Amino acid sequence: MAASARLGFILLLMPLLLWLTLLIIIPHVDMALLSLRERVGVGEYETSIANYKTVLTEPLYMRTFMRTAVMSIMATLITLLIAFPVSYYIAKMVRGRARSVLFLLCLIPFWVSELVRTFGWMILLRETGVISQFLQWSGVVSGPVEMLYNDAAIMTGLVYTSMLFMVVPLVTTLDSLDDAVIEAGYDLGGSGWSVMREIVIPHAVPGIVSGCIVVFMLSLGNYLTPTMLGGKDSLWFTEMIYSQFIVRFNWELGAAFGFMLLFASSFIIWAMLRLTGQTLERTMG
Amino acid sequence: MTPDLECTALTRRFGDTLAVDDVSFSVPAGSFFSILGPSGCGKTTIMRMIAGFLEPTSGDIAIKGRSVLDVPPNKRPVNMVFQHLALFPMMNIEANIGYGLRRAGMSKGEIARKVDEVLDRIGLPGVGKRKVDELSGGQRQRIAIARCMVLEPDVLLLDEPLGALDLKLRERMKIELKSLQAEFDTTFVYITHDQSEALVMSDHIAVMNKGRFEQVGSGQDLYYRPETPFVASFVGESNRWRGTVERTDGDTVQLRTDTGLTMRAAAKGQAAKGASVDIFVRPEAIRLGRDAADLAQFDNLLSGTTSSLLFNGAASRIIVTSDETGGEVEVTLPQSGEFADLKRGAPVHIGWSAAQANCFSAGED
Repeated sequence: MAASARLGFILLLMPLLLWLTLLIIIPHVDMALLSLRERVGVGEYETSIANYKTVLTEPLYMRTFMRTAVMSIMATLITLLIAFPVSYYIAKMVRGRARSVLFLLCLIPFWVSELVRTFGWMILLRETGVISQFLQWSGVVSGPVEMLYNDAAIMTGLVYTSMLFMVVPLVTTLDSLDDAVIEAGYDLGGSGWSVMREIVIPHAVPGIVSGCIVVFMLSLGNYLTPTMLGGKDSLWFTEMIYSQFIVRFNWELGAAFGFMLLFASSFIIWAMLRLTGQTLERTMG
Repeated sequence: MTPDLECTALTRRFGDTLAVDDVSFSVPAGSFFSILGPSGCGKTTIMRMIAGFLEPTSGDIAIKGRSVLDVPPNKRPVNMVFQHLALFPMMNIEANIGYGLRRAGMSKGEIARKVDEVLDRIGLPGVGKRKVDELSGGQRQRIAIARCMVLEPDVLLLDEPLGALDLKLRERMKIELKSLQAEFDTTFVYITHDQSEALVMSDHIAVMNKGRFEQVGSGQDLYYRPETPFVASFVGESNRWRGTVERTDGDTVQLRTDTGLTMRAAAKGQAAKGASVDIFVRPEAIRLGRDAADLAQFDNLLSGTTSSLLFNGAASRIIVTSDETGGEVEVTLPQSGEFADLKRGAPVHIGWSAAQANCFSAGED
């Protein structure tokens, strides 16, 4: 009995273990070895940290790296600011059918591929796009306006892509807050703002943190949105990894870039958890 | 002296349903007032209107003589103890109790002093730094009351706060709540569907049904002198029969039940000859005897056999089947021991006075 139970457990665990080993652990080990290799001649390699040195000393790489991190953090914060009221409205203000409809409305854009969605933004924002045409028609501007290919366009695209991943955990945590607790907050003399600050937000912290982690990782690792919406001045770190691997065929440096990104996201998430006093188990569990 | 809380012609409609229908009452200062009623009778709606979470459709609510209709909940001089207490789980006990004081803009030192003081008064000194989930159910109950009382409200509302506790603890908390009310000397308005909570603690009780107050009075009034059939059946236990009036004699009527029992009863309201009526007799108001001669002083006498023994400790009953007509009567078994040997099938005599049998003209209840 105990033996068969253990066999069942192993069998059930197998897909996960295979997934982790084949797709996560093996490639990462290989990448780590690759990133620590320096080409000294044709077909000759040496173990060294030269690739990481290149990343840290070359200003273009470092600037793109920092820019990507800072913009991802900003995108996360903007997403949070927009998603929180939306989630509060869905979780606490509406009841019954209207609620599921609203939730579904958040989900619908994700039935379409990210490429199409991003292309939608291009239709809106480009020089001959809908917004530009409207502004000209209404007489606000005299000539066509280009709104694509800058940081603001990237930011818009990132926030839009990430919205659902912030709304879902927020709705879940806000939903678990008893309405009576909010009412008690008012009953004991709290104003709308103080109830929000002292009761709703502290309760929602696990949801906020888990939403932020997901959105941050998605933004940092996003390739499509920055490539399509960004201009030549708005280079994203993932584009550099791509060009090292595919264009330059410099896998060693590309692997080092990849690891830099991994370090950056791990560090920022660790810092965020420390800052809010949360643990990974609490926010993801 | 102006009452602490006065509701006048309070009405609340939800769509087509009338949740609270023209209810008026006043609660004198320092008293314990209960609203007792089955679930869905509108008592929670009244409570939420007093607290300010719901607007009345019409009518007025005055606290210490001043109308509070246009005062938002966070400015009303009433506080509420919620059904599941609604303590703030993200704060420790001290922060929970100090929340209202912080909102009122009191200084830190003053808040700490007041919190300590109220913790002493509820008999839980030194728990300030603990978390909410480290306390027992009864302790949390007291914290929830302290959290309100520290703000010195004119009226404290309690929304079935004992509902979530187990039986033993509930019994203890009834006594404790009553003494806390005396200790703080504040007006308590308590809503419950549990009659024993209302009877034990309250100075005045309003029995509510279908959005209306059926009767307002002391526990004794409701128990001994119910004014409506609903009160008679809802408060305490009763034998209940449907019957027809055969003869009237002042306030006393002679009647026959549908099961064939004949008895004399006290008429409440109109009871003309031939009218259909409901009769209520409490099992504990019926005297049990071995001999018909022991019960000669009662208006209604009946001899029968014990058809069932329902043992339930102090509330044990027997069911007596009348020898003449086969009608059944529930009778409380005296705990003095004289009937301890009563067996099924044993012959008994029972008797009760007409004053203890309340008869109302038959309604749909």
